[in-house]
Amino acid sequence: MKIGTPKEIFEGEARVAMTPDSAKQLQKLGYECAIEKGAGEAAGFSDALYEEAGVEVIKTAAGLWKEVDIIAKVRQPEAVELKRLTKDKTLISFFNPAGNEEGMEAAKAKGANVIAMEMVPRISRAQKMDALSSMANIAGYRAVIEAGNNFGRFFTGQITAAGKVPPAKILVVGAGVAGLAAIGTATSLGAITYAFDVRPEVAEQVESMGAEFVYLDFEEEQQDGAATGGYASVSSPEFREAQLAKFRELAPEVDIVITTALIPNRPAPKLWLEDMIAAMKPGSVIVDLAAERGGNAEGTVMDEKIVTDNGVTIVGYTDFPSRMASQASTLYATNIRHMMTDLTPEKDGQINHDMEDDVIRGATVTFEGDITFPPPPPKVQAIAAQKPKEVAPELTPEEKRAQEVAEFKAQTKQQVTLLAVGGALILGAGLFAPASFMQHFIVFVLAVFVGFQVIWGVAHSLHTPLMAVTNAISSIIILGALMQIGSGSALVIILAALSVFMAGINIFGGFLVTRRMLAMFQKS
Amino acid sequence: MEFGFTTAAYVVAAVLFILSLGGLSGQESAKRAVWYGIVGMALAVAATLIGPGSGLWLLSILLIAGGGSIGYYVAQKVQMTEMPQLVAAMHSLVGLAAVFVGVIAHIELGRVLVMDDAEKKALDGFAALLAKKDAIEIGILRVELFLGVFIGAVTFTGSVVAYGKLAGKVSSAATKLPGGHMLNAGAAVLSAICLIWYCNTGGVLPLTLMTLAALFIGYHLIMGIGGADMPVVVSMLNSYSGWAAAAIGFSLGNDLLIVVGALVGSSGAILSYIMCKAMNRSFVSVILGGFGGTTGPAMEVEGEQVAIDADGVATALDEADSVIIIPGYGMAVAQAQQNVAELTRRLRAKGKEVRFAIHPVAGRLPGHMNVLLAEAKVPYDIVMEMDEINDDFPETDVAIVIGSNDIVNPAAQEDPNSPIAGMPVLECWKAKQVFVSKRGQGTGYSGIENPLFYKENTRMFYGDAKASLDTLLTLIS
Repeated sequence: MKIGTPKEIFEGEARVAMTPDSAKQLQKLGYECAIEKGAGEAAGFSDALYEEAGVEVIKTAAGLWKEVDIIAKVRQPEAVELKRLTKDKTLISFFNPAGNEEGMEAAKAKGANVIAMEMVPRISRAQKMDALSSMANIAGYRAVIEAGNNFGRFFTGQITAAGKVPPAKILVVGAGVAGLAAIGTATSLGAITYAFDVRPEVAEQVESMGAEFVYLDFEEEQQDGAATGGYASVSSPEFREAQLAKFRELAPEVDIVITTALIPNRPAPKLWLEDMIAAMKPGSVIVDLAAERGGNAEGTVMDEKIVTDNGVTIVGYTDFPSRMASQASTLYATNIRHMMTDLTPEKDGQINHDMEDDVIRGATVTFEGDITFPPPPPKVQAIAAQKPKEVAPELTPEEKRAQEVAEFKAQTKQQVTLLAVGGALILGAGLFAPASFMQHFIVFVLAVFVGFQVIWGVAHSLHTPLMAVTNAISSIIILGALMQIGSGSALVIILAALSVFMAGINIFGGFLVTRRMLAMFQKS
Repeated sequence: MEFGFTTAAYVVAAVLFILSLGGLSGQESAKRAVWYGIVGMALAVAATLIGPGSGLWLLSILLIAGGGSIGYYVAQKVQMTEMPQLVAAMHSLVGLAAVFVGVIAHIELGRVLVMDDAEKKALDGFAALLAKKDAIEIGILRVELFLGVFIGAVTFTGSVVAYGKLAGKVSSAATKLPGGHMLNAGAAVLSAICLIWYCNTGGVLPLTLMTLAALFIGYHLIMGIGGADMPVVVSMLNSYSGWAAAAIGFSLGNDLLIVVGALVGSSGAILSYIMCKAMNRSFVSVILGGFGGTTGPAMEVEGEQVAIDADGVATALDEADSVIIIPGYGMAVAQAQQNVAELTRRLRAKGKEVRFAIHPVAGRLPGHMNVLLAEAKVPYDIVMEMDEINDDFPETDVAIVIGSNDIVNPAAQEDPNSPIAGMPVLECWKAKQVFVSKRGQGTGYSGIENPLFYKENTRMFYGDAKASLDTLLTLIS
């Protein structure tokens, strides 16, 4: 089959869905590759480079759409493009299925299969084709660079001969992929970075990137991000108030605010309100990565940079990945290539559109003349839900006392029973046994008691020497043999002699080996 | 006067033996304690030789010297990893000696009983002691010597089998003859019948029959117990050898034998109890062999075992500040204790905190790991017991599991249906990273899947423990 990439027709889009490198990999999967003339130009990949990688260069978009079986592109296809779809063609692209009803209908009518790259589920296996993350990563980085471009000071604090420069303070709102990338870039440029997210479980990730997590003084249990596949969900009004109050407190301090807060399938929440903007110092910068969905800051204008009356710059660009077209294309093309790898398990250049596969099923929005959006929830949970910790109930002093008393009673009962039974048995034996036996019996019982008391004190680490030494002293049986050896017949002498001999081995062996072991135990 | 002196010597010896066991409460006092035991033994033997009732003392001394030189030779030669089998072998000697002494008592008793009063008066030594006994006392004597022979015989064959298993001469898997525990029960019933029979007649036949039955019980009982239960078996046999000595002490009317036998017997019993508790199993279930029945299907283990090479382990160790090493029987088998010790020295030289976590049933003998580490000159103050160190795992950077399996199995805590559910285990999975040095992907002695190997922070370091550590040591200087 043939896979091809047209030139993006969206105004200002510089990315391209296939690079010479990814084309080489796709060819290894058994596909032929094609590209529209000049498609990679804006991202820095010339037609010559593609030709060198064995990619066919097709002059017109119409020719390319006709020629190939699989179309990989970046931006959501426009009506003119959707018209070119036919049955048996597969389109892989960003598609925005939730807000693109007509697009899906058009694709359905044409009978083409469409895979929407933003619908790739967030499970570990699918990370390699998660284009949202790879693009968000670029956006986060670029947001800091863009902020720096509009910010008149250093990020890092310096003390120079020409005076002291305070470090810039950056607040990142929303610690998703873009937020974390922004945090990493900001801290590595030397800024003091704070970050906020409604999902408390990301605090650790934030701190690992070198930023300080802004905790709210708020009691309500936040919903675990795991339930929503790792995305943020809508928070309660009380929570929102607490959040805004915190931002209000921070606003006069921070120099740069980067907002990345998005809730899937909803307009961006307004988090940076007018009064906060007004409270900021002149020259401060706000980069609103949520501009496409209306922006997190009040006053954001999509695709534009504005300056407020008090001198705060608000950047509302939505094309951050496109501003780094070469890097973005490389990453996106790799995502596409991984998607193709999953679609081509046999590596025979034939698509196997397996609707049983969680990832492929999740990303497919139209399939063989049907709209398959929204997908069923994936079988594998994206993130393991945090297990609620069991808290042992704290005992009141009275309960503790009662417990202790009960324990003591049970112990007493057990001991008294044992003593009573043991005592009765011994008394019973005493009734019948002769005095000479009882004499020895007393010794025996006392010795057992002493033994129990003494052995409990032995250190665990010395159990092996203990066994060796008890072994040696249990050879005390030699006394019996010694007493018997002189009396009686030859058989007795032989048996007794053997016993003495064996016990002799044991005594020396046991004691010496114990000494050897104990000598080895050394303090450091 | 002489008799009084012997008894006095016995008292001193008994006190010395008690001090000797009590001294084992600490590593330093233990070094002194051994001497108490040696002096006590020397005193007891000397007092018996010069005391009443003994004869042929020259022969006795020669025999002791002969046996002693063998003992000396063995004690110098034995490898520390072979300690379990040595202990088992020595138990068998005590058991056999107890059988012989009991049989002699029987022979002498038979001889004395047929004598008339005049002849009895002419007797000396052990026989004279017997001659003084009346009818009830003789009855009791028979019970005592019968018990002594029985326990001695069980100890003898049991220890021989245990020796074979520990030395690898007999398969360490649990094997039973058809009929299983019924055979043991039958043999025990036979012995009980023989006891009644013997008490009434005093004949040779019941004693012989019982001895054979006891020998069989010892053999079959231990054959039915598998590898990891060996610590319990060895300490149980230790206990038996003590009770055998005590029973013989009764029949000979010797208090020192009784005292020492009781000391050893209770010591072994406590060790067995500690071992069983460490495995969360009852003594009976260990002795009867095999694990208790499970109550449901075991938890599914998810994930996969991720392997790592020596480079990866070396890097992680280089970055770690605190390391806990958990040795098991596999370390003993691979003779890797020297390499472990060398690794410890090098890591400590770099200022890292290295400690050892020892599970009570690690290895094949109580305290087995401690002795091996001590042999390799690992200082004992960094070797910790389970209870001392279990809470420290969450603050630990790297835990290294070397040749242990069931004692680090999280299923014991997480899976109520696991056969080892409730057994106290070392919670090494709470460390930031766990490396498991293991030969292959197989399960441990108990045949239970170990979810530890599938955990996200676990990396498998496959290969023979010694060879793996050798390569690791070349990367850590």
